[in-house]
Amino acid sequence: MHPVISVVDLSKTYASGFQALRRVNLEIRQGEIFALLGPNGAGKTTLINIICGIANASQGRVSVNGLDIVRHYRAVRALIGLVPQELTTDAFESVWATVCFSRGLWGRPAAPTYLGKVLKDLSLWDKKDNKIMTLSGGMKRRVMIAKALAHEPKILFLDEPTAGVDVELRKDMWGVVRALSDAGVTIILTTHYIEEAELMADRIGIISKGELILVEDKVELMRKLGKKQLTLHLLEQLDAIPAQLAGRHLALANEGRELVYTYDTQAERTGITALLRTLHEAGIRFRDLNTRQSSLEDIFVDLVRRGQ
Amino acid sequence: MNWRAVWAIYTFEMARTGRTLLQSIVSPVISTSLYFVVFGAAIGSRISEIEGVSYGAFIVPGLIMMMLLTQSTANASFGIYFPKFVGTIYELLSAPISYLEIVLGYVGAAATKSIILGLIILLTAGFFVPIRIDHPVAMAGFLILTAVSFSLFGFIIGVWADGFEKLQVIPLLIITPLTFLGGSFYSIQVLPPVWHSISLFNPIVYLISGFRWSFYSIADVNVGLSLAAAALFTTLCLGLVWWIFRTGYRLKS
Repeated sequence: MHPVISVVDLSKTYASGFQALRRVNLEIRQGEIFALLGPNGAGKTTLINIICGIANASQGRVSVNGLDIVRHYRAVRALIGLVPQELTTDAFESVWATVCFSRGLWGRPAAPTYLGKVLKDLSLWDKKDNKIMTLSGGMKRRVMIAKALAHEPKILFLDEPTAGVDVELRKDMWGVVRALSDAGVTIILTTHYIEEAELMADRIGIISKGELILVEDKVELMRKLGKKQLTLHLLEQLDAIPAQLAGRHLALANEGRELVYTYDTQAERTGITALLRTLHEAGIRFRDLNTRQSSLEDIFVDLVRRGQ
Repeated sequence: MNWRAVWAIYTFEMARTGRTLLQSIVSPVISTSLYFVVFGAAIGSRISEIEGVSYGAFIVPGLIMMMLLTQSTANASFGIYFPKFVGTIYELLSAPISYLEIVLGYVGAAATKSIILGLIILLTAGFFVPIRIDHPVAMAGFLILTAVSFSLFGFIIGVWADGFEKLQVIPLLIITPLTFLGGSFYSIQVLPPVWHSISLFNPIVYLISGFRWSFYSIADVNVGLSLAAAALFTTLCLGLVWWIFRTGYRLKS
């Protein structure tokens, strides 16, 4: 299928000499939720800014729906909504005025019903006449989302949309994002809450030091790189792993008070039953246990560390 | 043309004026009235008529021009600087609008505001001194051309400025002195020859002289020259604005 966004050999060097992007190649598919992950300063925002027209590329090109973003800026930008990372709002404007302004900037005719629905979906309706400066941080964030949605974009960029937003609101927001996605809007998001990417995204791209080091289907990525760990909290401290248990994926932690077993959840047998039996036979007793799925975060940290 | 975007920016800026009514309209009116009290009544009563026009009436075009220059510059520079400062500029840059449309919106609003202000000052002046306008079309022409060109100039300053200090420095250090020395309160004919010649290098002399001519048919310099100076300044500013957008100077990294 024709990609909705196509980034080819994109590089960006700022006037300071800092190279924010190095020959990035990326294709975003129609209707997907794409999560772009990377540490601070990796180039996520620069990439988004170039696609949205806020920064100029030093090299390479970007096209949206087959149209070059520079030559056909009007047609391209008409499709795109952007929620930037920084909370930048017109403090003295009312919520209603600011969303109407955004819609106007995109050249769309007034649509009070639609804008009303956007505000209601984001639980902002009862604040519509309030000045933005009187709103909490989380509400300001939602105002920015409402502004981005004001012109009914087909592609939505969310740059750290849930930073500084409490759990409840975050869930609401993802509800809105999910509904947009269901309505066919292509969504590209960056987030620091990797579990959100894990929850929301169809595909994941990991960017580090300006280079896109991985683009992968989320399920595939979790399957390939995901591990699970069983931690046993021992009653008696161990100095070393007993001979009977050698050869298993075991490690001691917390000065011998914990025994950590790493296993593959996709494998036919996890080996847990056998392990517990062997432990019983060896007389190793434990008072508690817990298991932990390696999260996207672990995978991410691991990949970025290896990339460095 | 994305006229809706132009209109959105224009009304946004005009709404800002509405919110800051006291600062935007009332304070220039008060300060102008003070000029009348000081220069028109207190000092003016001791100054003889200039080419048949009382001193109080003589300074009206100069005062309007002074307000027009400072307010156009201040409005437009603040209008574009503020989004840069708070970061809301991202929306302008990512919207499907051309540079021309951005300029039309901001400069149009700034010019409108200072024209309204100019007219209010004219009305206020009418309470203090008798005013006549010999050439109303020329008067409107100079009013609009000056408001537009100095709004463009303000827009340039707003893009250039990377701090509130810079926003103030050009109006304070260049425009205000040039206006005071440009014949707002006197005819440059009364200056000694050396200063008269130096004054002719001050572009604002031409604006004030032309504007005053449209009121009382008296001018320090030829009115055609005044018009040419205003047109030249507008063209220069347009050229600079065009360059700013072409290069993305201080707007796009």
